[in-house]
Amino acid sequence: MANDSATDIAWNVRNNVVSATDVVEQHLAEIDRRESEIHAFNLVLADEARARAAEIDDAVAVGRDPGPLAGVPIALKDNMCTRGIPTTCSSKILDGWKPPYDATVVTKLREAGAVVIGKTNLDEFAMGSSTENSAFGPTRNPHDTSRVPGGSSGGSAAAVAAGFSALSLGSDTGGSIRQPAALCGVVGVKPTYGAVSRYGLVAFASSLDQIGPFANTVADASLLLEVISGHDPMDSTSIRQGPLDITGQLDFGVIGLRVGRITDLPEGASPDVVERMEQAFEALRDAGAEIVDVEVPAFTYGLTAYYLIAPAEASSNLARYDGVRFGHRVEAPDTNAMYMATRTDGFGAEVKRRIMLGTYALSAGYYDAYYGRALKVRRRIAADFAAAYERADVLLTPASPTVAFHLGDKTSDPMSMYLCDTYTIPSNLTGDPGMSVPFGTGDDGLPVGVQVLAPALQEATMFRTAAELERRAPK
Amino acid sequence: MSNSVSETATTDAAWSFRGYEMVVGLEVHVELATRTKLFSASPNRFGDEPNTNIDPVTLGLPGALPVLNRQAVELAMRLGLAVNCTVQRSTFARKNYFYPDMPKAYQISQYDEPICVDGWLDLPDGFRVGIERAHLEEDTGKSTHVGGTGGRIHGSDHSLIDFNRAGVPLVEIVSRPDMRSPEQAKAYVNELRAILVAVGASDAKMEEGSMRVDANVSVRLPGAEFGTRCEIKNVNSVRSVGRAIEYEAQRQVGMLEAGEPIRQETRHWDETDGRTHTLRSKEDADDYRYFQEPDLVVVDPDPEWIERVRYSLPVLPAARRIHLAEATGQRPDAEAILVVTDRDQDAYVLAVAAAGGDAGRALVHVKEAFADEGERPSVPAAALATLTRMEVDGELTATQAKQVLAELVAGGGGDARAIAAAKGFEAMDTSELETMVDEAIAAQPDAWAKYCAGEAKAMGALVGAVMKASKGQADGKAVTALLERRRDT
Repeated sequence: MANDSATDIAWNVRNNVVSATDVVEQHLAEIDRRESEIHAFNLVLADEARARAAEIDDAVAVGRDPGPLAGVPIALKDNMCTRGIPTTCSSKILDGWKPPYDATVVTKLREAGAVVIGKTNLDEFAMGSSTENSAFGPTRNPHDTSRVPGGSSGGSAAAVAAGFSALSLGSDTGGSIRQPAALCGVVGVKPTYGAVSRYGLVAFASSLDQIGPFANTVADASLLLEVISGHDPMDSTSIRQGPLDITGQLDFGVIGLRVGRITDLPEGASPDVVERMEQAFEALRDAGAEIVDVEVPAFTYGLTAYYLIAPAEASSNLARYDGVRFGHRVEAPDTNAMYMATRTDGFGAEVKRRIMLGTYALSAGYYDAYYGRALKVRRRIAADFAAAYERADVLLTPASPTVAFHLGDKTSDPMSMYLCDTYTIPSNLTGDPGMSVPFGTGDDGLPVGVQVLAPALQEATMFRTAAELERRAPK
Repeated sequence: MSNSVSETATTDAAWSFRGYEMVVGLEVHVELATRTKLFSASPNRFGDEPNTNIDPVTLGLPGALPVLNRQAVELAMRLGLAVNCTVQRSTFARKNYFYPDMPKAYQISQYDEPICVDGWLDLPDGFRVGIERAHLEEDTGKSTHVGGTGGRIHGSDHSLIDFNRAGVPLVEIVSRPDMRSPEQAKAYVNELRAILVAVGASDAKMEEGSMRVDANVSVRLPGAEFGTRCEIKNVNSVRSVGRAIEYEAQRQVGMLEAGEPIRQETRHWDETDGRTHTLRSKEDADDYRYFQEPDLVVVDPDPEWIERVRYSLPVLPAARRIHLAEATGQRPDAEAILVVTDRDQDAYVLAVAAAGGDAGRALVHVKEAFADEGERPSVPAAALATLTRMEVDGELTATQAKQVLAELVAGGGGDARAIAAAKGFEAMDTSELETMVDEAIAAQPDAWAKYCAGEAKAMGALVGAVMKASKGQADGKAVTALLERRRDT
């Protein structure tokens, strides 16, 4: 049961084939069995989930439809606000804070009948690629607990991979959904910027952050994305249109679809990943797609631009954690000393590193050389992708340069950690959607993810391609 | 007091101190009269219990996002168009700094792309002050520092913060450094306030803090380059604007004469000692690390919206003053014109004229007698029209008219002619007046001789005697004219 797809669970619950309570109990049992080993969660909401499942069962009993996600257990990355429930961002600085409101996605999930089963671990404030930068300790990869699940949404990826929840939500600022999805062997989607409301998502880098789904199947991810997408008047950057319409096109196939291969893609992917990529192109060609070569010259500068823009925005977004109104406070003789003591004690090393980087990049005298130039590169990348999409409908790249690495492998070398996001970062800079779909295994039998990229709001085409890859994935 | 109408508020009299002239530019912050805050649905209301008009956005809680208030944009546009600005595509930026009453540790403000640019405002005397820009931004919360001295954060025991004001929409209006005297600066503030109120953008009350003025002051020898400027804060009334600028300019001249350089700095006006004091120097200024606010989108009002706002603007105070001045034969900057227009009683004066009254006399009466009345005085325009008609036709003297007007005001109207009759005010016939004049001359031959010899003072005694004989009903001007005729023939 714990391995049933979300689509099946929802169908069965809506049609009174199984009870939401049974579904929740199965998943809680799985959590009991393996969570101490995985540490996917900062908080398991067992009582709340049971109560919610009972409500859904009551609704079904009186003939009401609880919605498209009826009874489906879902885990939330712990940077999404949940009313009255601690929201920590895996940081000491938010110690004790309970948001007085729900994020828009949380409201939508409730309205769709989903059952929130817990809040998942992440790299502090979503800054990292391994979930090792958590104030509450790392999450481990369910496929091999000596390895990382990727990050920053490592807890959400691991929760789905381990069968703790049928679905989960993560946030993706530079690859934080797609890279852990690849490492954990699940589907992970970063939607078009503005397709899903950010209201209630604790900001890391506002112009790059986007919430998206994790699921075991492409169809499940599609179902969840349809539920959480659509305009939100509380988010000014939310696109003014209704929910995305994807699921109906999943089986359309790829005949005639132009699939782009980026000839000047930055190198660095390991041979096992490269081999799977070749097989992915072949699989799509076999399915009737046309493989075309495209160039994206500025792709390679994405990482550099990202590590100026994201820290710059973060330095401002994280300034509010000052000990004045909520969260952690270290008392000191005066206000400035209190600020410094609180922030020194409350933030971890990676967060401090990025706050300093960003503060520097925005400083008088340095703005033009760093932040200003990074914005120019960002525009250039967008122009290059737009040109590539003239010739291709979707692009294929690895989601991660390697399969899951061991805990501690990259913690002493921030640059090597940053390189994990080489292939995922550009779509955050352009705002275009991207997703990772499992495609066989690599070294040590660990999952490999293929990334499908598409132009803004072309999620249906992207998912259609991912569904074809899913059908043709090596067993 | 009829001569008061010829007094003017001309501001172009040059300020000069030991050969130096002053250069003044003003930055005026006004709270917009919106129903809700700039970026959230909490009420924008002054005087409520502390921390009641708050929400996740106001408090800068994690995950909260700003959504721009359309009414605030429209009010900023109304103000901008009223001061002849161009409304343009604009963006918001973050101004980053730490302060306990600044919830997000950044202020959302328009920076390099403000909504209104390149306007001007004409002072009543016609002097034109350029307006560089008017931009939208959010207000901070309000700190109260308890314990310690002077209400400052340093040395206080603890601080209380009220976030009701945080997120209240402000417009900052930045003038060009065009003003050259305290009078011009005061006239600018008054004119801007009148415009803000007229277009409904703000109640613009300096005493309640809904209008705050910072003054940039420098001095120079005429024709020289601009000097180093100091910014004066905490100027809380129009009168203080004049005083603070006067003090600061003299202070700077004193420094220059003593051979000391002016340091660019922010100074605090102290109302009690009448001086400005150093608050912080330029070297201490924060690096605000401005960058475009990623949580908001570009504000680009379409031309149709701009035109709709433009055509919905009321007739502005300057145009109303010119209209009233033309109708009454005064200068637009005559005190009575300023006062009556400021009280919104100009339309009433014009209504009196339209009802057949004399506009000039109506202006005088309204200014003198209707200070406590509003836009629509209780005395019907027709009643005042009759009164002013009787005056100019010589049926009533100025003194008598005042008495009749007092009755009209007390009774909220009435028949001026009947009141005059009841008081026994009848136009004195000329032969009767001539008799009284002749009697006065006969009774005081000395005074008469002196008057004829050119001693103007002597006339007082003669006129006084006639007024006494007529029990105050004689028209002073007519008496004087008769005396002159007797003397000259």
